[in-house]
Amino acid sequence: MSLENLYPSPVFKDYLPIEYRDLVEHGPYTNRGGKDKQTVKVTDMGKFKEVIEEHPMCAGCAMTLFIRLVYIGMPNPEHTIVVGTAGCGRLAISQASVPFIYGNYGDTNAVASGLKRGLEIRFPNQKKDVVVMAGDGGLIDIGFQGLMHSWFRKEKFVTIMLDNEVYGNTGGQESGMTNHGKVLKMAPRGKFGDKVDALGLAKVAEVDYICRLAPTNPARVARTVRRAIMVAREVGHSYIQAYTSCNIEYSIPTPDVMKDAFEIEKERYGFEEIISPRAKEYLDEIEKKAKKKKSDK
Amino acid sequence: MANVKGAAVNRTAVDEGKPADWIPGTERQTVVDPMEMFHKLPREKQFITGSEAARESMRRANIDIAIAYPITPQSESMQQAGYLYDEGYIKEYYRAEEEIGTFSAISGASRAGVRSLTATSGPGLMRGMEAISSWPGARTPIIMLNMCRVINTPLAIQPDNIEMSFMLNTGMILLHAENQQDFYDYPLAAIMASEQVDVTLPACVSTDGFFVTHARGPVLITPEEFKLPPRDGWRSAVPAMDNENPPARISRDAPIQKSNFISYHMHSSWQQEVFAAVHRSAKYFRKYLGGLIEVVNPGAEEFIIASGCAVSQAREAVRQEGEQGRTVGLIKIKTIRPFPIAEIVEAIQGVKRILVPEFNQAGWLHKELCAVLYGKSTAVIKDGPRVYGGMTMPTEMVLEALADFRKEVP
Repeated sequence: MSLENLYPSPVFKDYLPIEYRDLVEHGPYTNRGGKDKQTVKVTDMGKFKEVIEEHPMCAGCAMTLFIRLVYIGMPNPEHTIVVGTAGCGRLAISQASVPFIYGNYGDTNAVASGLKRGLEIRFPNQKKDVVVMAGDGGLIDIGFQGLMHSWFRKEKFVTIMLDNEVYGNTGGQESGMTNHGKVLKMAPRGKFGDKVDALGLAKVAEVDYICRLAPTNPARVARTVRRAIMVAREVGHSYIQAYTSCNIEYSIPTPDVMKDAFEIEKERYGFEEIISPRAKEYLDEIEKKAKKKKSDK
Repeated sequence: MANVKGAAVNRTAVDEGKPADWIPGTERQTVVDPMEMFHKLPREKQFITGSEAARESMRRANIDIAIAYPITPQSESMQQAGYLYDEGYIKEYYRAEEEIGTFSAISGASRAGVRSLTATSGPGLMRGMEAISSWPGARTPIIMLNMCRVINTPLAIQPDNIEMSFMLNTGMILLHAENQQDFYDYPLAAIMASEQVDVTLPACVSTDGFFVTHARGPVLITPEEFKLPPRDGWRSAVPAMDNENPPARISRDAPIQKSNFISYHMHSSWQQEVFAAVHRSAKYFRKYLGGLIEVVNPGAEEFIIASGCAVSQAREAVRQEGEQGRTVGLIKIKTIRPFPIAEIVEAIQGVKRILVPEFNQAGWLHKELCAVLYGKSTAVIKDGPRVYGGMTMPTEMVLEALADFRKEVP
């Protein structure tokens, strides 16, 4: 979208909702200091108009924080399309001022494959970023086949798994990403198998940019999303797996949600970034350029 | 880009591995008005299979992207699409993982605003049915070729068009090709109708597998240097998912999942609009195909009403009846959705007997006709002959059914 499209005709401006006017005047699309990418920083949260707001997620939900950070990490939200599926995440994602395709169950990575290829045909001179953002069940269970094949085909978009290790939206059933032995609905004797090693599968599929993280370091989340999108633009597929706890189904007291994220990160989730040589070469190039520009000033 | 002429053309991997002076097929073609292509351009007769007719149709259809999964008897058509991609008549193409993946991906492509083609066959269609049934509501113009095949257990690959009954109430445009000629003409017409702003719907052109896809027949085709106008992604009942519009906190595929009367009303009005759009597409098919039905021997006392291959068998029966001095009428239904109720009612005024032969067990066309003609005609509507599971329908069966019918309803 040309940013010119963002600005309403002056005569209509007063009739637009205050949220829209705020988005125009204080959102990430404007005040870029001449840069073609979003320049807002995570540390400025609260000081600018985010592209997402007024979500109906549960109080204290870590997934919500993560989703907000994803949108801040997008280099060009004005040229991004998000694809999702049923699950908690879409309740927040559909509140963003970025187009959202809410597809059928488990169809995200197939839809994104066709969408990205179609956009490349239609807009050969304008990169359009496609980001799949869906839950662990939506990707590793019902969407598994589409997920794997999009990886094997090296489709140029980003997959972000909101891994809350449970079917939160349908009331707390175990998923493929639930840990072994965990008692949840539909696992009355404890989860039978192990948590699916999605990262390992991504490695086997030679996904170009892979990252597992928790939302403990907001700036790192935004940087990871930016890296993933840039790799998907120019190199190949990117996969981010984020621990986004379900405080309802895992009975985490609301004030302790971030404490849980730090603990789980320390105990077992960790931070891992796996970058293919060609993706690394590309990231080095663009990140060096950015650093050089900074030092030139 | 591999060559100068193609440098400004929207392309992805289509020219990979091609010589520097290679010009994609689509760039050698000239866009013509659809009405000129359908009714004015000279035509050359070729003796080709239905799959080859589909290929020649695709060649002239200005397709941007084609995605499909192999299944008999559709495989051959999508292999042909692959050759067209290699020749540069289709810009993007891949073999998908299976049908849910196929039909989801093609909906993603259509959401991007490009002309999108897929194909399938009985069981594959059933596998991807969830995705297919979501296309109309998402307002995604897609052209799907469906080569009908048995879907019931025991597993078989034979022709049988029962799967069409599963698509009747999806909100798709649905055409039924009688022969190779139709399988050349109908996809082109369906594409143009489906992309009209007041339609913006997916369209499926079905034909009976093997009888049409693998058998040769005479097909009059237009010169290959002419193609349809491209899809204009900006002209649509809903915006493409391209983020080229001012941002708004809505998703086009709105999750209307709240339990309140507003969401119920939104969903019902959305459905009403989809089915109204199917109805509105009729005017385009009247222009492009010269009508939604074809009538042979108007004014006859008894009629056969059929679609697809059953029309061909009925034609021969009508001819043989004529040799015996009996005039039997025939109505060929070209568009199953929109269903041509008014045209049929007009054509059967004063008719006493209507016979409905079909290539499926359910008799879906007979049921449809009984439903829509109730109270509008005094004719007795009889189903038969009905063949399925791969059986053929010899003309003798139709003639016998007509003879029996005359005894039952003198």
